[in-house]
Amino acid sequence: MPPSPRSELFAGIKAELPIALGVIPFGMIYGVLAVAAGLPPLLAQAMSAIVFAGSAQFIGVQLFAAATPAGIIWLTTFIVNLRHLLYSASLAPYLRALPPRWKWLLAYLLTDEAYVTAILHYNDPRAVSPHKHWFFLGAGLALWGFWQASTAVGIFLGAQVPSSWALDFTLALTFIGLVVPALTSWPPIAAAVTAGVVALLTPDLPYKSGLMLAAIAGIAAGLLTERRP
Amino acid sequence: MSPLSLSLTILVMGLITYSIRLSLILLLDRLDIPPLVQRGLKYVPPAVLSAIIFPELFRPQGALDVSWGNARLLAGVVATLVAWRTRNVLWTIAAGMAVFWLLSALLASH
Repeated sequence: MPPSPRSELFAGIKAELPIALGVIPFGMIYGVLAVAAGLPPLLAQAMSAIVFAGSAQFIGVQLFAAATPAGIIWLTTFIVNLRHLLYSASLAPYLRALPPRWKWLLAYLLTDEAYVTAILHYNDPRAVSPHKHWFFLGAGLALWGFWQASTAVGIFLGAQVPSSWALDFTLALTFIGLVVPALTSWPPIAAAVTAGVVALLTPDLPYKSGLMLAAIAGIAAGLLTERRP
Repeated sequence: MSPLSLSLTILVMGLITYSIRLSLILLLDRLDIPPLVQRGLKYVPPAVLSAIIFPELFRPQGALDVSWGNARLLAGVVATLVAWRTRNVLWTIAAGMAVFWLLSALLASH
């Protein structure tokens, strides 16, 4: 049976379930930090819905706590989220034929985790379907739900989540679980290792701008190692 | 900050984030993507995710730490092996956290 919009939607939701295990603790910690930073609970929750970008929210609440001027907070948000520019470019060819309302909606749901699951699905030669945007929608909505719910739990629990549990580490582990199985040939391995090493070599650039530099170096390494006889 | 200026700051943060996410989805509609860029975009997932992962493992406290005392690095190595063998995110997270908690407990008792 060929995939229907409905089956793609549910496949997208299902694909996010294991990732939720890594994202939920992260959302909870965000909620805890936001309240500790003095953010009113309603605004802490609103930030998860309006910004919907974990690392920018983490850094944002720390800057709120330090009474940082809004201009600096916005600049930081811009630089921290600049990696989404690469996601946006990477998905653009697949979303081209969609009506504008789909593009506006899917752009709102374009987080790290939704991006990776969606792009893996788009690139999967075994999954032939004209409805892959429904998969993306399912993945994005599932993640959105987990993020809002875990933020609420974090706000509610507050400091009852001990920091010694190091629950923030689950997100890095989630990313490992997503990236390693995709390293099936030398070019993506070169891209991953180069980006990682460059990220380690550029510690002192402000506002995590080393991340973009590292990503671009990794992409270059991937291209350079392609097509070797 | 007052609740009003906080709300405004958060709203603009959201607008910035959304604009970045939407920008090239809309712009590349009208432009043809050069073949080199198209090939390069394949490497966005491994490159960006590794650039996030490596500092988490090798620099958990800010400074480079390649020692047996760095529980995150060792847990990350185990998680990488588990991810490679099982291709399963759940097992990767479970194995990584188990190793991390075990090592942290061992290091704390010494």
